[in-house]
Amino acid sequence: MIKQFFVILILSIVGYFLVDAFFKVPFGEKRDNVGNYYIEKSPVDLKVSNSVTAIVVNYRGFDTLGEVTVLFLAATGLGSIMYRRKQKGEKEVRAKNPSSRIIQIGSQILFPMIILLGGYVFIHGHLSPGGGFQGGAIIATASLLMLISYRKFKVSHNAITWIESIAGVVFASLGFIGLVLGRTFLENFLPTGELNDLLSGGIIGIIYIAVGFKVASELTGVIDTVLLNNRPEAQKEN
Amino acid sequence: MNEFLTISFYGTAIVLMLIGLYAALAKKNLLKIVIGLSIIDSGLHLLFVAVGFISNGTAPIFSPEVLESAQQMVDPVPQALVLTAIVIGFATTAVALALVIRLYKHHNTAAIDEIKNLKW
Repeated sequence: MIKQFFVILILSIVGYFLVDAFFKVPFGEKRDNVGNYYIEKSPVDLKVSNSVTAIVVNYRGFDTLGEVTVLFLAATGLGSIMYRRKQKGEKEVRAKNPSSRIIQIGSQILFPMIILLGGYVFIHGHLSPGGGFQGGAIIATASLLMLISYRKFKVSHNAITWIESIAGVVFASLGFIGLVLGRTFLENFLPTGELNDLLSGGIIGIIYIAVGFKVASELTGVIDTVLLNNRPEAQKEN
Repeated sequence: MNEFLTISFYGTAIVLMLIGLYAALAKKNLLKIVIGLSIIDSGLHLLFVAVGFISNGTAPIFSPEVLESAQQMVDPVPQALVLTAIVIGFATTAVALALVIRLYKHHNTAAIDEIKNLKW
C-alpha cells in the first residue's frame, strides 16, 4: 500500500516536470541552433548528402567511437554473464525439433538477399537513409534467421572476434591518421569527391563500412550466445 | 491546430515514458521491469525526434530534387542523438536480459519479492 503511494507520487512528480518543461517548446517551429550549421556545411565541406551521417560520423565522430565501445562492452559482458562450463556428455543443441522444410528452404533463399540489403544500407550510408548501425542490424537478422531454422548452423566466434577487432582498429586508426595529418581526431584527410556520388565524403564511407561490420558481428555474437546457452538447461528442467 | 499537435506528440511521448516508469517501479516480474525500461527508451526517442521536427520539413538528406526546391529540413541533431540512444538502449537491454536469465536459473523464479536478497 505504501509502495503504491510512493510509485504514484514519483510518477506524478516526473510527469509534472516533463509536461512543464516540454509543453513550452513550440512544436514544428524553426529554431536557430547548431543543426542549421550542420545542414549548411555538410554538403559543402564534406560533400555528404545525408546530414545525419555527417553528424554521427564526422562532427560527433568521437561520440560514435564511444558508442561502438559501449556496444562492444555489452557484447563482451553478455558473453561473460552467460558463460557456463560444458558438463560431461552434454551437447550444445539449440532447438529440440528441427524447423519445417518450408522454413529451411525459405531461409536459404532469403539469407543472401538480406545480407545484400544490409551491405547496400551501410555502403550507401552517406547518400540515403541508413548507415552502419542499421545495416549491421539487418545482417544480424539474417544470421538470426539461419540460427532459428537450422539447429546445427554454427557461428564461428573466432571469426566474429577477428572481424570485430579489425573493424574497431580501422575506425580508431582512421581517427589517429586524421590527428597526424590534420589538426583534430577524425579529421577528413581524403579527397571529398562530388555530392551524391558513391565515392564522396572522404573517410565517412570507410568508417561507416567498418561500423557496419562491427555491429553485424557483435549482434550476431549476442544472438548466438543467448540462443546457445539458454537451451540445454531448459531441456533438463522439462 | 498547432496546439493540438504539440499536445498529441509530446503528450504521447511523455505518457509512454510514464507507463514505462510505472512498469519498472511497480511490477514484480524482472522481465516486465526490463520491458518497462525499454518502453521508457521508446518514449524518450519519440520526444527527441518530436522536438527536432519542423512543419513541412523534409528529411535532412540532400538529393538533386531537394536542392532545387530549397525546402526546409528538420533538425538533424536530435536524429543523430536518437541513433546513438537506440544503440545504447539495445546494449543495456541485452545485458539486463542476460542478468534476468542468470537470476532465473539461480533462483528458479523471476519475481523480485521471492528472491530474498533483493527485497527492499
